[in-house]
Amino acid sequence: MSSVHLDVEAVRADFPALARTVRNDKPLIYLDSGATSQKPVQVLDAVRSAYEQHNAAAHRGTHLLGEEATDLYEGARAKVAAFLAARPDEVVFTKNATEAVNLVAYALSAPGQLQVRAGDEVLITEMEHHANLVPWQQLCERTGATLRWLDVTPEGRLDTDDLDTMITGRTRIVAVTHQSNVTGTVPPVAEIARVAHEKGALVLADGAQSVPHQPVDVTALGADFLVFSSHKMLGPYGIGVLFGRAELLEAMPPFLTGGSMIEVVRMEGSTFLPPPQRFEPGVPAIAEAAGLAAAVDYLTALGMDNVAAHEESLTAHALDALREIDGVRILGPDTTKDRGGAVAFEVDGVHPHDVGQVLDELGIAVRTGHHCAWPLHRALGVQASTRASFYVYNTHDEVDALADGIRYAQRFFGTG
Amino acid sequence: MQLESMYQDIILDHYRNPHHKGLRDPFDAEVHHVNPVCGDEVTLRVSLKDVNGEPVVEDVSYDSLGCSISQASASVMSDLVIGKPVAEAMTISQAFLELMQSKGSRVEGQPDEGLLEDAVAFVGVSKYPARIKCALLGWMAWKDATAQAMEVAQ
Repeated sequence: MSSVHLDVEAVRADFPALARTVRNDKPLIYLDSGATSQKPVQVLDAVRSAYEQHNAAAHRGTHLLGEEATDLYEGARAKVAAFLAARPDEVVFTKNATEAVNLVAYALSAPGQLQVRAGDEVLITEMEHHANLVPWQQLCERTGATLRWLDVTPEGRLDTDDLDTMITGRTRIVAVTHQSNVTGTVPPVAEIARVAHEKGALVLADGAQSVPHQPVDVTALGADFLVFSSHKMLGPYGIGVLFGRAELLEAMPPFLTGGSMIEVVRMEGSTFLPPPQRFEPGVPAIAEAAGLAAAVDYLTALGMDNVAAHEESLTAHALDALREIDGVRILGPDTTKDRGGAVAFEVDGVHPHDVGQVLDELGIAVRTGHHCAWPLHRALGVQASTRASFYVYNTHDEVDALADGIRYAQRFFGTG
Repeated sequence: MQLESMYQDIILDHYRNPHHKGLRDPFDAEVHHVNPVCGDEVTLRVSLKDVNGEPVVEDVSYDSLGCSISQASASVMSDLVIGKPVAEAMTISQAFLELMQSKGSRVEGQPDEGLLEDAVAFVGVSKYPARIKCALLGWMAWKDATAQAMEVAQ
């Protein structure tokens, strides 16, 4: 079970969910980490300990528990910043990646120096998850800006041939995924950022599928904003991250307002704290932040290079195994070059829902449908797909079980 | 394995050879319904006729993309409602909805097998919450289209 990169057996022992059985008393084969990852005991213990030992509202009480809660929360911020090679004041905690995108899209439509105006352009891609697509449509509706997008090639790569003309002097922001949640494609974000910056446009990278799976250094990435969710990287639900370059966060008006984010409040009006507190109203999610910090520790101890290498080897195995099955078409790149560990596929004559149902009977959890990337599915000429996605605890045996399960589904529906 | 309890032969037969599929003229109302979770979709037309002052389902035609459950369910639905007075077809639709909400705990004889005919085969689907919407897609489209056709008739 061990691989050259990770001691997978030891990793699996940390994840209680992987020890349970599912339908028909089958052991769980969890291939849906792209939707949400399982959580190790280290994360669960950190959440429990925050509630048991340090439960108080951060940034408030003049008591010991309040100080400890504040330390936990700000300590988590420092840990996340170090994980990204960023500064702590550039890390804003949000509810999730979706809220982080909405925060930026709101700030760009509110009065201020970053305000997008009628006639301006917003550039996205056909590959985006709805979370990095719908907020930009809404921004354009509010401001009168024009939404443009980069196409996807039939191989599921981003078509950047016309990048120079698609990013114009009117482009205010380019929002692009750093790893497709469907095809695993890793677009050239650094190159896109270089062109965008030449033309004075900002860049937001959706790291929901990249930060959990590969080393990410915000300086090397070149994006002005990076968003991701804790729950896809071994951490708890309900907390996510917006990284933003300090001078941009400083120029942005608040999104959600209330307590904890104000400087002075008078009946006539209020002033606001500097970032990141400006964007974090209300009592913060302390236990969730502590859990995220534990997840960052866990991944750091494994080594993100090892995590990426382990997933690359599983992905290569899956691409080989699926390619061998007649009637299976892999969506997206068929090599692991610039490609992460999400493998979506079609099975001739068997609808994804039915593939997923058969796999579920075998204890294999996958995602079926359009995976919140409907335009991408349209671009690839499919209505829906089945997706297997891998993480630190997955094994080569599980990849083989997936291939066997697909063959079983074909036999069950009389197509294989 | 419980697969056979969900995918009963009746369902697989309807899936492989759907009845009344394809869009036909004339029609009184057309609707387009989608399941936003998976993207399955159906375009469905209803044609009504007046028989002694009572509206009767003359034809149901549809074009759809989706899983075996949604395809088979639309096929079974069309068999059940075509030729029936609207009021009776609505009663069948309600019985099917109750079957789908039964979580697999159907009491023998309830709902009436005579009423639901082939649709009783979908009882296994009701144990899987994620699939209930698949089974209901065609029925909900029919109900919506019929309601619209009735409004047109008034």
